[in-house]
Amino acid sequence: MKKYPPAPLNKTNVTTSVTTDPAKRRLFLKSGLLAGAGLVSGSASAASSSNKLLPHWSRHLGPGVASTGYGVPSRFETDVQRKTLDWLRARRESSVSFSPLQSQHGIITPSGLVFERHHAGIADIDPNSHYLLIHGLVERPLKFTLSDLMRFPSVSRIHFLECAANGVLNYPGAQYNSLQFNFGMLSCCEWTGVPLSTLLKEAGVRKPAKWILAEGADAAALTRSIPLDKALDDTLVVYAQNGEMLRPEQGYPMRLLLPGWEGIINVKWLRRLELGDKPWETREETATYTDLMPDGKARQYTFVMETKSVITSPCPENPMAGKGRVSINGLAWSGHGRIKRVDVSVDGGRNWRTARLQGPVQNKSLTRFSMDWDWNGEVALLQSRAIDETGYVQPTMAELRKIRGIRSFYHNNSIQTWLINKNGEVENVQLA
Amino acid sequence: MSSWLKVVLIAGCCTAAGSAVADGTRYGYGSTPTQAEIKAWDIDVGPDGKGLPVGQGTATQGEEPYLQYCSACHGEFGEGVGRYPALIGGEDSLDQDRPKKTVGSFWPYATTLWDYINRSMPFGNAQSLEPDQVYAIVAYILNMNDLIEPDTVMDQNSLPRVKMPNRNGFIPDPRPDVHNKACMKNCKDKVEITSQANKLP
Ligand code: HEC
Repeated sequence: MKKYPPAPLNKTNVTTSVTTDPAKRRLFLKSGLLAGAGLVSGSASAASSSNKLLPHWSRHLGPGVASTGYGVPSRFETDVQRKTLDWLRARRESSVSFSPLQSQHGIITPSGLVFERHHAGIADIDPNSHYLLIHGLVERPLKFTLSDLMRFPSVSRIHFLECAANGVLNYPGAQYNSLQFNFGMLSCCEWTGVPLSTLLKEAGVRKPAKWILAEGADAAALTRSIPLDKALDDTLVVYAQNGEMLRPEQGYPMRLLLPGWEGIINVKWLRRLELGDKPWETREETATYTDLMPDGKARQYTFVMETKSVITSPCPENPMAGKGRVSINGLAWSGHGRIKRVDVSVDGGRNWRTARLQGPVQNKSLTRFSMDWDWNGEVALLQSRAIDETGYVQPTMAELRKIRGIRSFYHNNSIQTWLINKNGEVENVQLA
Repeated sequence: MSSWLKVVLIAGCCTAAGSAVADGTRYGYGSTPTQAEIKAWDIDVGPDGKGLPVGQGTATQGEEPYLQYCSACHGEFGEGVGRYPALIGGEDSLDQDRPKKTVGSFWPYATTLWDYINRSMPFGNAQSLEPDQVYAIVAYILNMNDLIEPDTVMDQNSLPRVKMPNRNGFIPDPRPDVHNKACMKNCKDKVEITSQANKLP
């Protein structure tokens, strides 16, 4: 059963290589006595120690300060990686990687683990050769460099970000035994930047303006139309994430953040905002990111990511640790506002109990919930069901399919079911 | 007037040409782009054709540049190579079991095709085509989808008027469309597993 660190499901598809510097590790080995084997296996044995129970790290010096100018995770955590599936798309430059939510603690996703979705690879932008242009139906067209943006009073907010296609692999039926691949197009960060309303006030919005075209500086020049109301409400132009400047794969040096709205519209590598009186009907809001209904019509401009939750432990990557008291732990979020309540069922949705919400419970942010459960070692079906402050209740997959059919795959916010087997393994299943 | 205030006023007068703070509600940061700078980036094309540049092309003229720049990934006939998207086919498939969403079967506006190719294709060498080439390639793809004749000229006026089969295929977001109740006790009689994952990632 469960051991820490958990064994990876398999080692392929790892998108980034291990970052621990081997040269440094060798140095550490040399300075750290004969018991190199103990180091590698991570066991606590130390041959030359008079006290066999004393691990080597309790006797010998470790590396000094600033041995890594920018710290990296423990070398025992190197299986915590974003991953992709190569069959998903033609090319990795136009594909997605999934965040390892099974290894996320609390509500903040570390910057290096935030899921990625690119349409032409990661733009490598020199901030000194980049600016944001605002033009169209404005009094004064303006351009803002990164330094210009940083002069404005900054705001920092914690918000989740979820790809419209999160959960796509579960739409035709349960396929993959994995939390990461079924829910990992989701992350939550503290974002720092300037309200877009502040920038629009600088430029002066002209009366007929109703929509804004947002465009990226990547080789896809990715574009989406944004309603002016949202732009003036809580939209930010952000340059920082979790206390440091944006990562290149998250849009360095500046991106849009539209709290609670589908990932694609949070345009990365933002270079241009044009105000107009109607939407542009770009490829990313017609050919893709529209929801095909059973009658052949497609829903368009489906912006909000509706209320959703998932149990992150246990899950296929985090099997049961054993019989007895178990803390069922998970994440809930809503693009409409705050999470009000989360219920948990261990019998496939027949009966429910209300879980504890672990604060902070913030607007359009991941929220942690947990519930104690005494597992008797029998087969069980675990589910979570989130309710947000508008009263909206997360639906079952069967309810979603009844209305949206089986060919609409974006915006899947259905209840997830994990089957707990007697041996403690956890499987992804779907119920009638 | 105190000397520090004088300094602030002098500084204020010279930053950000054209965007000086008039009424105290603005910061006056940023600078004014030149018309040339705006024009260089203003590449978007709207559904009414607004933004289309001067130029023209026919499908006949588009064959050569299409085969040169596009067919390696999208196929000689637009059928798509490997996992690269197909650009043709799927007529009348949108309400069928295996809908095929392509330019011909799904895209509501021909202008979007111009805009998308101009800004992002060929994949890996974006914004390298001249307007005449884009018009010709767009015409070629529309012709492969039987939407225009081989010698129909595509330009600023004719392109927005191409009738796309799925022009009326889109509806606004009606959500919330699913209304679950938060039942707590004895919510269903039986629990039936309908599918079970069998793959490891
Ligand atoms: C190196 C391979 C490659 C070449 C060459 C290429 N494309 Fe593409 N094309 C792609 C990929 C990959 C996508 C999908 C990109 C995405 O979804 O982000 C795509 C998408 C498209 C689409 C959208 C299809 C849809 O239904 O959504 C069109 C239209 C298109 N390309 C036209 C062209 C044209 C015209 C050319 C030649 C000028 C061209 N492409 C050259 C790889 C290529």
